Amino acid sequence: MKKANFVEIEGRSAGYLALLGFLGIFILAALGSTLYMEHNGHHVTGMTNQIVWGMPHVFAVFLIVAASGALNIASISSVFHKTAYKPLARLSGLLALALLVGGLMVLVLDLGRPDRLIIAMTKYNFRSIFAWNMILYNGFFLIVGIYIWTMMQRNLNKYTKYAGFAAFIWRLTLTTGTGSIFGFLVAREAYDSAIMAPMFIVMSFSFGLAIFLLVLMAAYNWTGRPLGDVIFTTLKNLLGVFVAGALYFVIVQHLTNIYAAGHIGVEEFILLNGGIYTKLFWIGQVLLGSLIPLALLYHPTWGKSRRLAGVAAALIIMGGMAQMYVIIIGGQAYPLELFPGMQVQSSFFDGMVNHYAPSLPEIMLGLGGMATAMITVALAIKVLRFLPESLADEVVDPHHH
Amino acid sequence: MSNTESSKNTELTRRKFLGTAAASAGLAIAPGVLLFRVAQAKPAAQAVTSKVRWGMLIDSTKCSTGCNDCVTACKTEHHLEGHNRPETDVQWIRKLKVTDKQTGHVMSLPMMCQHCENPPCVDVCPTGASFKRADGIVLVDRHICIGCRYCMMACPYKARSFEHEEVDDQAVSAPRGKGTVEACTMCVYRVDRDKQPACVEACSEAEHGAMLFGDLNDPESEISKRLAEYGGKQIRADLGLNTGVRYQGI
Repeated sequence: MKKANFVEIEGRSAGYLALLGFLGIFILAALGSTLYMEHNGHHVTGMTNQIVWGMPHVFAVFLIVAASGALNIASISSVFHKTAYKPLARLSGLLALALLVGGLMVLVLDLGRPDRLIIAMTKYNFRSIFAWNMILYNGFFLIVGIYIWTMMQRNLNKYTKYAGFAAFIWRLTLTTGTGSIFGFLVAREAYDSAIMAPMFIVMSFSFGLAIFLLVLMAAYNWTGRPLGDVIFTTLKNLLGVFVAGALYFVIVQHLTNIYAAGHIGVEEFILLNGGIYTKLFWIGQVLLGSLIPLALLYHPTWGKSRRLAGVAAALIIMGGMAQMYVIIIGGQAYPLELFPGMQVQSSFFDGMVNHYAPSLPEIMLGLGGMATAMITVALAIKVLRFLPESLADEVVDPHHH
Repeated sequence: MSNTESSKNTELTRRKFLGTAAASAGLAIAPGVLLFRVAQAKPAAQAVTSKVRWGMLIDSTKCSTGCNDCVTACKTEHHLEGHNRPETDVQWIRKLKVTDKQTGHVMSLPMMCQHCENPPCVDVCPTGASFKRADGIVLVDRHICIGCRYCMMACPYKARSFEHEEVDDQAVSAPRGKGTVEACTMCVYRVDRDKQPACVEACSEAEHGAMLFGDLNDPESEISKRLAEYGGKQIRADLGLNTGVRYQGI
């Protein structure tokens, strides 16, 4: 096996500049949306006192979950010593940081008072899982930053495995924290479950790798660098395992809830008669986001096509967004049960399925977060040596002839 | 030399002036301060104590479906005018109509912040803006609320509202602001002056007598006696929050 040679991309082509411009438009639109929402107040969004977390949270939580998942490739190389993944470790760390930046940007800009971010950073209530998460996010930047540093500076290479191990433990903790934001909500039947934390971890594997695969394909296609079948097939097959794993957790989550008599109402809502949420669950999350990608990735002939693997990765991302929508919005749309078994009515929409329609500024803010993640990657690979010059089979596979 | 002298003189005059000013200001304020102390049961300087736990007892059998007196009183007291947008307008207290699906029996009751002993909103708040006073009243510090709305996700009673719009015409006693979360304060500034919350006052002034306010820790208080004799239920008692608001007839 040859040693991977990391080289910056040239980043002067018209295509590269067009990419930056394209992403920049989305980022500007996101900032404009924020100004609009904060100036007028959140009543101009689709969010209400019933659906208090809307589209920005769907994007933000998706990106934060995907961020820790994107680090997986690096972990597999540093913690589990799979040398084939080693050339990809730097990009994996970079993508993890970039996705977290994008997710946090959306989360912060949707706050009622984003100008008070300094309060969130200086005043901690240590009983709050949200406060723990802020510490986990900041720690993630620090630890993954150091991890990348040990990979890039030759005389620090000997510390990479320690930094990689710390980053691996940290990322598992971080996603446990993200899942627990929902898992700890005892008041709502749709959440309130310990399975949220491990389910979010497996979801992160799947979302993070799907994004990683697309970024890798784009970077190597657009720069004309070779990307061999060995590494591509390995990643593609691993993605399939993660998708199946995430689906397994979804099945267990719903079966457990169905078994509890007190939770049957919310399960009927999501699985049978919840309108848009039921459709998003079965068509978006299960069919398009899980079953079709599995078929595309593992089918004897389709599974050989890179284009179809790319389609599968894109579908997994869309399915993941659908899943987030069902969890976050669907979970709030189902009314709180103040009096189990009774019909409750009020002027505040008690006992009713809550209505939500995402507004354009919310969607633009979310897309802006995604664009921020992507532009971070695009700029970083131009200034620093993140990408191996070649991922051809002979570079990646020690036994390839 | 003359410079130093003149500055000494200035210093003296300034001191004298300040002294006289302070004395006259003191004279002017004194009667007000004295009156204030007389009128107030708990001096403002005295810390809130956990010896008391403020609570409410609501008798749903005396609460009629059509009556909205407590809600109106709350809106007037705290200047909670809406913008005619029911989905985003704030509600600190609302009336619930609860129908037993099996029997058709109908109950009516007001729902607001239950001032839990173990409030989930306080647990989840990242900055500590959601807090519980020693006397059991759960409040939001509007200065450090960042508007994340996690407390609204955590509250089982849907007691909290997010301020979705600019607020004008605020009540001095209830500062509010766009982008932060708010809820029933149990009229804390009235309670501190030995008065009843506005909703309770309105309910008793209209002679409905469905709401009773008092100290749950004092066995001699009216609320404690009534709870001891007739009992009272918590809504969602299964969550173990030990609410400060109790209900009869549910």
